[in-house]
Amino acid sequence: MLLELSGISKHFGGIVAVKDIGFGVKEGSILALIGPNGAGKTTLFNIITGALPPEAGSVTINGREIVGLKPFEIASAGITRTFQNLQLFGSMTVLENVMAGAYLRSKKGFVRSFLSFPGTCREEKKIREESLILLEEIGLAETAGLPATQLPFGKQRLLEIARALASRPALVLLDEPAAGLNPSETEALTDYLKKLKTKGTAMILIEHDMQTVMEAADRIVVLNFGQMIAEGTPAEIQAHPEVIKAYLGEDEKIA
Amino acid sequence: MHLKNHKGLILLLFLLVIPLKIDSNYLYSTLVIIAIYSIVVQGLGILMGYAGQVSFGHAAFFGLGGYTAAILTTRFQWPTLLALLAAAILPGIIAAIIGRQTLKLRELYLALATLGFGILVHIIFNEGGELTGGPSGMSGIPNLTIGIISFDNDQKFYLLVWFMLLLILVGIYNLVHSRTGRALCSIRESEYAAENAGVDCARLKLQAFIFSALLAGLAGGLYAFYVSFISPSPFSFHTSVQFVLMAVIGGLGTFWGPLLGAVVVVSLNELLREIVPLLIPGAGGEYQIIIYGIILVGLMIFQPKGLSSIGRYFRLPLKKELKPEG
Repeated sequence: MLLELSGISKHFGGIVAVKDIGFGVKEGSILALIGPNGAGKTTLFNIITGALPPEAGSVTINGREIVGLKPFEIASAGITRTFQNLQLFGSMTVLENVMAGAYLRSKKGFVRSFLSFPGTCREEKKIREESLILLEEIGLAETAGLPATQLPFGKQRLLEIARALASRPALVLLDEPAAGLNPSETEALTDYLKKLKTKGTAMILIEHDMQTVMEAADRIVVLNFGQMIAEGTPAEIQAHPEVIKAYLGEDEKIA
Repeated sequence: MHLKNHKGLILLLFLLVIPLKIDSNYLYSTLVIIAIYSIVVQGLGILMGYAGQVSFGHAAFFGLGGYTAAILTTRFQWPTLLALLAAAILPGIIAAIIGRQTLKLRELYLALATLGFGILVHIIFNEGGELTGGPSGMSGIPNLTIGIISFDNDQKFYLLVWFMLLLILVGIYNLVHSRTGRALCSIRESEYAAENAGVDCARLKLQAFIFSALLAGLAGGLYAFYVSFISPSPFSFHTSVQFVLMAVIGGLGTFWGPLLGAVVVVSLNELLREIVPLLIPGAGGEYQIIIYGIILVGLMIFQPKGLSSIGRYFRLPLKKELKPEG
């Protein structure tokens, strides 16, 4: 297992955000995290990336405990994320956003940055090329020079994904990547995620679009009121009585 | 390093020759003060414009540099160049100590904490007794000597400070176009997302703070050697506000902003001192302050992004933001 969660719990005041959550993500696989609003999905992302400390439980990546590490340390351990409410670097260009996401791919610190010319820097060239390739793959190449805020909403979501991928993480947490995308964009995104998976990047996907989830995910974890009510393959989840009852309402089939 | 990226710097180099032809001491001294202030604002520009952290205490670092140079040379007979180095390093160390705590604060709270620090240091200058010379300050600071060159007149000093400023400008250019520059920008835009990209925000903000204090200290040391007399009054809260003004008026997050801001604020001060008494006979200093204020408010209303954004009207390469290398 690449990532393993066990016994993760967190309260906000008297409200249970997540309780006793445990699951694993294999290298190069996609796990979808589904459940109604307020089920604790984003909370779980915040816990994995170190933004929120859990009250109990452990998170390990490649066997290494990461609970208690700072968010930037968790990023360098190989986990990055996107945000449901976008957190782009608005005044920077599309390309700079991705290059900023590639922070961990180079080493030069404050003093060396001050003292050496950027034009002569190999690292810088490499980062620029890699970032352009990433933008090409995700379909943003022609907008590379625009300020990030000038992109339409759907493209901003794609840019967040590109930025999260720029450091070449082992695991990417995608918080509703298809929200705000039209059907054809959603389809393109699904294809892209599947391609990414074959290249070895593991993903956890929070998504409400069931078609995307069923098509892309290898395994699905269902949360409801902070509790894990089911885990399994898409086929198993579609047939799971608890899931149908809690998440989709009774007497309804998943398309 | 591509030449085309440094058009502005080359133009500046040519402009710097002009005063040598005019050879007026008044012009030299104004330009020296502009360069010294601009060095402070270069650092402040990185802190405010790139890392997004405000400081109302930079006159304190400026003053600490000045007093370090003054005390080490007059009381302890240090060589002047060594004293100048110490003038940069000591404020850097102090910034490292206080920055660890204060940079956890945000926005207004950070502004208040740095303001408090500035006032505290100003009081220490005033009440320093023997060591600082109290309110009347200390005089007899020797000329700065580097190797065999003694910077004993306005022209030499003019060349020295602008040479240093040019070196700093090149360094800043490198910095903002590097990985570190991007990381600083990303902190300003979204600290949360920056952390998730692997940026140690606390550490980088502290480095930017130390960097800005080093430059302020260096400028303070140069100031002490230039004026050869030092007292608490140029290092008050008022000066901190002036530094912030220069950074904002020039344009935050722009390459030419800090220099432009220093040029405009200092020139405006000088101009108003000459012109106001001509326009309003018998007008006192308060008239200058009022007109100065009106002009600054006007600037902020009509050019809220700072003066370097004016460049686009004339197609000048003034607004050099963080741009990818072509």
